[in-house]
Amino acid sequence: MAKGIMIVAEQRDGALRKVSFELASTARKLADQTGDEVSAILLGSGIEGLAAELGKFGVDKVFVGDNAALEPYITEAHAQVTAKIIKDNDPAIVLFGASVQGKDLSARVAAKLAGGLATDCTDVKIDGGKFVAIRPMYAGKCFGEIIFNTAPAMASLRPNVFPAVENAKAGAVTKVDVAVDAQKSKVLEVQKDTSGKVDLTEANIIVSGGRGMKGPDEYKILEELADVLKGTVGASRAAVDAGWRPQKDQVGQTGKVVSPNLYIACGISGAIQHLAGMSSSKCIVAINKDAEAPIFAKADFGVVDDLFKVVPELTVACKKLLA
Amino acid sequence: MNIIACVKQVPDTEAQIKVKADGSGIDDSQIKWVMNPYDEFGVEEALKLKEKNGGDVTIISVGPARAMETIRTALAMGADKGIHISDPALDNADAFVTASALAAAIKGIPYDIIFCGQRAIDDDSGQVGAMLAELLGLPQLTIVTKLDFAGSSVKVIRPIEGAQLSIETSLPCVVTAQKGLNEPRYASLPGIMKAKKKPVDVKNAAALGVATDVKAKVAKFAPPPARAAGKIICGDDAAQKAQELARCLREEAKVI
Repeated sequence: MAKGIMIVAEQRDGALRKVSFELASTARKLADQTGDEVSAILLGSGIEGLAAELGKFGVDKVFVGDNAALEPYITEAHAQVTAKIIKDNDPAIVLFGASVQGKDLSARVAAKLAGGLATDCTDVKIDGGKFVAIRPMYAGKCFGEIIFNTAPAMASLRPNVFPAVENAKAGAVTKVDVAVDAQKSKVLEVQKDTSGKVDLTEANIIVSGGRGMKGPDEYKILEELADVLKGTVGASRAAVDAGWRPQKDQVGQTGKVVSPNLYIACGISGAIQHLAGMSSSKCIVAINKDAEAPIFAKADFGVVDDLFKVVPELTVACKKLLA
Repeated sequence: MNIIACVKQVPDTEAQIKVKADGSGIDDSQIKWVMNPYDEFGVEEALKLKEKNGGDVTIISVGPARAMETIRTALAMGADKGIHISDPALDNADAFVTASALAAAIKGIPYDIIFCGQRAIDDDSGQVGAMLAELLGLPQLTIVTKLDFAGSSVKVIRPIEGAQLSIETSLPCVVTAQKGLNEPRYASLPGIMKAKKKPVDVKNAAALGVATDVKAKVAKFAPPPARAAGKIICGDDAAQKAQELARCLREEAKVI
């Protein structure tokens, strides 16, 4: 019978992604309730040393697949090995990160196993001995409680939502056979973003601007605030469609769904499709001169004033506080 | 070349979503239905490939009777024919059942490349494209913002967190479209007239031999958790408000 909780760790360039620790901690918490073991799948090349780091966050056992063919990530190769390790070890629950890679991999693996997968979950629990995943649907306009009719139950967890808590376990390494078929896909080039900014989906603080920014040059004041707060600048669909900001900056139902600790919305009225993308943020600030803007209904703190006056003053005030 | 684009009919992005009182589903009586925006990018890319290289574009959708409107929209944009997989047994299909139905329909026709949206904006699962690729034994390229076709292969750009990947894959393959891939065209009036006469094959689950038992099920729908009422920051001028806000973020919310 299926038993235990397995996570699929994600690493890039020999370093574990933060979401991997969030997965490990979440799995540990569930396993402590059910008295189960937490295992992890770790794939790549020359990555055995990372197993100990997973152990620090509560993983008992790490299945390491070390093969040059697994680096860089290619969907079909990783899916083949991941599905095989899951089949061979028969866990009751498998958790993936809902990162770009995790979503790409988890769906392929779920199809290989003909199993159920809940994407981008914001909560998971054991209810009456059964695994239940809670996830936003319709971009957060409602939430669904997902139950599973097949084992393993599979879920991907939204990055930045689940806490990563140290809880040292063995992290013992089991090397696994990683025979990989010849691949049809090849990564030709990896072009890294050199801005030094964290991606919106991983950012702790986001300073976002909308139509109220009036033009592309005005985003400078948001960038200055973001620099002081070590945050990332986002944008509404209106701003992206106007060509003021690149597509990758868009927050909302047809952009990125984010959940930072702090989301500062500047000149964003709060169209439902924008709210859908950021309402799982832990603290929301709205700065808008229109007191009737719907964004204020979602905000923990609201400032009704001209953003072109408030934002530079806020940058000064934060700089002083953080000095 | 034979091009397939999978489409789904979904509520418009501006739609308010109301959960039924018993939590069994969504009250869809007031909803305006549209083609999933990410699928529009897939249809547009399919049409662009056809215009450049010749061939035809087949639209496939799994959905109730009203999904025919979305298929006709894609035909009006310029696609050639459609397959509508319609069956009450598929009304609550999960990603695996949907992908299985699509795979069963696609197995019977020739294809070089298959487009899907990177996710549908109703269930937000983002699984069907990858599952379809697996079920057909094809390579997958998900969340693609640029595509270059080179005869027997394609080269795409995939943004990931903090980087962009350039990936090459041999055909046939499945590509899932992300915003930025192209600007979908609008259907022209003559296009809409022509679409009415284009063939659409309607199939049910039994005809395709697809098992409809779901693997993952939404047991309960709920509205989003309510947020506690926020605080409006007061002050004589912008500077004072900004200082008070910074203090609140530091001392009350403890987020900076």
